[in-house]
Amino acid sequence: MSNEKIQAEKEKYEASVAKAIARFPERPHLPEQRLYTPLDIKGDDYAEEISFPGVFPYTRGVQPTMYRGRFWTMRMYAGFSTAEESNKRYRLLIENGATGLSCAFDLPTQIGYDSDDPISEGEVGKVGVAIDSLADMEKLFDQIDLGKVSTSMTINAPASVLLAMYIAVAEKQGVSPDQLKGTIQNDILKEYAARGTYIFPPRPSMRLITNIFEYCSKNVPKWNTISISGYHIREAGSTAAQEIAFTIADGIAYVEAAIKAGLNVDDFAGRLSFFWNAHNNVLEEVAKFRASRRIWAKIMRDRFHAEKPKSMMLRFHTQTAGSMLTAQQPDNNIVRVALQTAAAVMGGTQSLHTNSRDEALALPSEASVQIALRTQQIVAYESGLADVIDPLAGSYYVEAMTDRIEKEAMEYIKKIDEMGGAVAAIEKGYIQKEIQDSAYKWQMDVESGARTIVGVNKFQVEEEPPKGLLKVDASVGEKQVKKLHEMKAGRDNEAVKAALADLKKACEDENENLMPHILAAVKTYATLGEICNVMRGVFGEYEAHISL
Amino acid sequence: MEVAKELLAGNRLALSRAITAIENEYEEATDIMKELYPHTGHAYVLGITGPPGAGKSTLTEKIAKAYREQGKTVGIIAVDPTSPFTGGAILGDRIRMNSLTLDEGVFIRSMGTRGSLGGLSHKTADAVKALDAFGKDIIIVETVGVGQSEVDIVKAADTTIVVLIPGMGDDIQAIKAGILEIGDLFTVNKSDLDGADKLVREINMMLDLDSLMTDWRPPISKVIASQGEGIDLLLADVGKHRQYIEGNGELARRRTKRAKDELLDILGAGIERRIKTHISDRLNGYVEQMKKHETDPYTLVNGILAEMLK
Amino acid sequence: MEKKIRVLVAKPGLDGHDRGAKVIARALRDAGFEVIYTGLRQTPEQIAEAALQEDVNVVAMSILSGAHPHLFPKVVNLLHEKGMKDVLIIGGGVIPEADIPALKEAGIAAVFTPGTNTSDVVDFIKNNVKM
Repeated sequence: MSNEKIQAEKEKYEASVAKAIARFPERPHLPEQRLYTPLDIKGDDYAEEISFPGVFPYTRGVQPTMYRGRFWTMRMYAGFSTAEESNKRYRLLIENGATGLSCAFDLPTQIGYDSDDPISEGEVGKVGVAIDSLADMEKLFDQIDLGKVSTSMTINAPASVLLAMYIAVAEKQGVSPDQLKGTIQNDILKEYAARGTYIFPPRPSMRLITNIFEYCSKNVPKWNTISISGYHIREAGSTAAQEIAFTIADGIAYVEAAIKAGLNVDDFAGRLSFFWNAHNNVLEEVAKFRASRRIWAKIMRDRFHAEKPKSMMLRFHTQTAGSMLTAQQPDNNIVRVALQTAAAVMGGTQSLHTNSRDEALALPSEASVQIALRTQQIVAYESGLADVIDPLAGSYYVEAMTDRIEKEAMEYIKKIDEMGGAVAAIEKGYIQKEIQDSAYKWQMDVESGARTIVGVNKFQVEEEPPKGLLKVDASVGEKQVKKLHEMKAGRDNEAVKAALADLKKACEDENENLMPHILAAVKTYATLGEICNVMRGVFGEYEAHISL
Repeated sequence: MEVAKELLAGNRLALSRAITAIENEYEEATDIMKELYPHTGHAYVLGITGPPGAGKSTLTEKIAKAYREQGKTVGIIAVDPTSPFTGGAILGDRIRMNSLTLDEGVFIRSMGTRGSLGGLSHKTADAVKALDAFGKDIIIVETVGVGQSEVDIVKAADTTIVVLIPGMGDDIQAIKAGILEIGDLFTVNKSDLDGADKLVREINMMLDLDSLMTDWRPPISKVIASQGEGIDLLLADVGKHRQYIEGNGELARRRTKRAKDELLDILGAGIERRIKTHISDRLNGYVEQMKKHETDPYTLVNGILAEMLK
Repeated sequence: MEKKIRVLVAKPGLDGHDRGAKVIARALRDAGFEVIYTGLRQTPEQIAEAALQEDVNVVAMSILSGAHPHLFPKVVNLLHEKGMKDVLIIGGGVIPEADIPALKEAGIAAVFTPGTNTSDVVDFIKNNVKM
C-alpha cells in the first residue's frame, strides 16, 4: 500500500471511530495517537536506524546472537549484615542457578566510613554488607571461586578501594587479575545527581575514575570499569527519556575525561557499560532500551571517532523499578516485576536483577528473592519472549516511540553540552531540578488520580500487616565494630601507616595513578575509612547542590 | 518563658523564640524589643546580596567560618522569597551552611519574605537586633538581590557585599539598574569559570560611570567560595571598608540615618494602626459617602486627622 | 499577625534517597508552609539544633535505609533536651508496620509509609501542629 493510500485509509479509520471513542472517558498519559501505521516510521532508514543485531547502530541488540546464544545473566543484587551472612546468601543464590553475583554494600561502606565511625551508627549492615577491610572481603567471597563467578559491585565513590580488595582476595585464591570478570558501578556523576552517596568533589572523583580505566585496561582487562547508571535517576523520578539522556550525558563526560587524561578511546570504551531501570510501561521501556543503544553508537562513532565496534556498543544491566513497588497488597508486585522483566528482555538486556515483592516494606526475605529469580527463569524458558531477537522491531508504535525517545534525549544532551557538559549541569543543579520536577509531577498525578496505581489510589483493600519480613539483627553494628577492633589489633600498624603516607603523596601528585597505591594499602589491611580519610584530606568533600 | 531575659542570659531557644515573635508580629514582640534595645549596637552587620545562583550561601558560610577562626561569634539571617501564589516558601540557604550548625558560636535563621513590602526590612532589622543583643559580634544578612524590599534589607547593613558570577549574560544589565549602587564591595564568585575577568572589567566600567562616587571606590575581589579561595582577601576588603566608614564618620551617619528611618517607620506603622482601629466602625460609611460623591477623601482625612491629633 | 507553620524537612542517616523528602518539601510549600530543607546525611544533633535555631513547629524526617529505630528516637530526645517540647515530630520512609508502635512510643507523632498522599501529611500537620 502506498503512503498516500495508507494516509487516506487512516483518515477513514479515524473518522469511523471518532464518535465511538468520544464516548469513552479520556485517560491521561496516553501516546499521541491511538493507532500507529507505516506512516509513523516512514523516515526510518533501515540500515542507519535499525539494521541487524550486532551491527551498527545496535538498535536491535549488541550481539548478533542475543538470547539465541545464551540468556542474559540473572544477577541478583544481595548483601546485608556481615560478610559471613552475605556469603551464605551468595552461595544459596549460586546453588539456585544465579549466574552472577551482585554485591550490595551498607551505607557507611558506600560513603567510605568504617563501622566504628560515629556517623555510621544505626546504618551498619542495614542496606548491604559492611566491609571495613580486606578481612571482611575475604569472608564475603569465602568458598566462591573468583576465577569462575562474575561479580558486580554497587560501589561508587570508594570503588577503587573495593576493587583493590577484590583483586587482593583473588590473588590469595590464586586467581590472577586478568581472569577477573565483573563490574564496579563507579559512576559518581549520578551520585551527585540522584543517588547521594558521594564523597569527593567532581574533579578528584573524575581522576579516580580515569585512574581505574587506565589501570584495568592494562591489568584487569575483562573488568567492566564503570556502569553508567540511569537506574537511580529514574528512581529519583525522571521520565524514560530523561533517564537515558542524563545518563548518556554522564557517559560523554567520562569519555571526555579519559581522553583528556591521555587514554585512547578504543582502549577503554569497550569496558564501559550501562545500567537501566525497567519501569512499568512495557512498550515505552523497550523503546527506551533500543533508543539508548542507537544514541550511544552514534555518539561514539561520530563524536569520539571510536573505530572498534565494541566501543560503540551500549551493553547494559537492568534492574526492575524499586520505586514502582507498592507497600499496599505487596503480592501484586510479583506481577509488576514480571512485566518489567518482559520489558528488559524484549529490550535486549545483558543482565538483570529482579526486585522482590516485599522491598517497599523491608529488605527482601529469602522466599521473595526466590520468586523474583524464578520470574526471570519463567520469562526465559516459558514465555517465548526470549525466542527471537528484538521481537518488537518493526512494530509501528515501538519504532515510532524509539525515534521519539531518541529525539527527546538528544535535545537534553544538546542542552547539557551547551551548559558545558554533565559536570557543569550538575553543579548548576539543572539535572537535579529536571528530575525533581518530574518526580513532583508524578506524585501530583497519582494524588489527583490522573495516574492509577493499583492498590494505592484505586482498588484498595483493608490489609493485615505483612508477615515474614527480613529483619537485620540489631546487633550487627556491635559485632562488626568488635571484628574491626580485633583486626586492627592484629595487623602490622607500621605497614599501614607507611602505606597510607605513600597514598597521601600519590594523591597530591595529579599525574600519579592511585590504583597501585590503594592496592598496596588494602593489602596491609588498612581500612576503607582510613584510606578514604587520607583522600578526604587531600581532595576535600563534595557539597551538594540542592535546588527545590 | 521570659524571652528577653533568657535571651540576654544566652539562651538560644529564647533567641529563636524572640525572632519568631518579631517575624509573626506577636504582641509581645514590642516588649521584647524594648528590653533588648539597650543591649544592641555592638555587632557589625554585613549584607550579602546578588542574583539567584551566585553562591551567596556558600560565601556566607565561608565568611562565617573565617570570622569564627578569628574568635568572633556570628549570627546569620538568610532570606528567601515566599511564593506569591501559595504563601509558602522553601528556605534552602541553610543547606549550604550545615557545617556551621553545631558550632555554638554561630546562629542561623532562615526567613521568608512573606510578601510584605515594607514590613520585611523592619522585621529583619529587629531580628538583627535580637542577634546583636544576644552578643553576636558579626551579623550577616543574606538575601536575593531582587525586589526593592530585599534591597532595603541590605541597606541596613554596615557593609554590603554584592556577589556576582560570570556567565550571567544580560543579567548584568539588570544588576546595573538594581543593586549596583548599594555595593560597598563587589566580589566575583566562581572566578575559575570563563568570563571572570570580563565580569570584573564590566563592573569596573559601571563604577566608572557612577557619578555619585565618593572617595570610596568599591573594590572588586575574586573568590571561589566552594573552595574557600579568596575569602581572606575579601575579609580584608571588609576590614578596609569598616575602617574607612568608621574613620570618616560615615558609619555614624549611616547608623543615625537608620535610627531616624526606624523611628519614622515604627511611628508611621503605629499611627496607621491606631487610626485604622479608631475609624474601623466608620470606615464603610465614609466609603459609601465617597461613592455617592457626597464628599471626597481629602476632606475626610483632614477631618479624621484633626479629630485624632487634638 | 502573620503566623506560618514552619517545618524542618530532614534526612537523618546516610541514605541518599531524597525523592520522597523533596516531594514532601515541595508539597508543604505549596500548602503555604515555610519549609527548611537540610539535605542529606544530617546527624540527630544537627537536626535538633537546626530545629531550635529555626524555631520550627514541625520536624519531618525520612529514612529509607532501616536506621529509623535508632535515629528517630534520638532526634526526639535531643529536641526535648533543648526545650523543644511542643514540636510535632513525624517520620516517613521504608518503615515496617511492626516498627511503628515503638516509634510512636518514642515520640514520633505519625509515621508515613510508601504510597502516602502528600495531602494526608499536610492535613495531619494542620490538625496536630501546636502554635
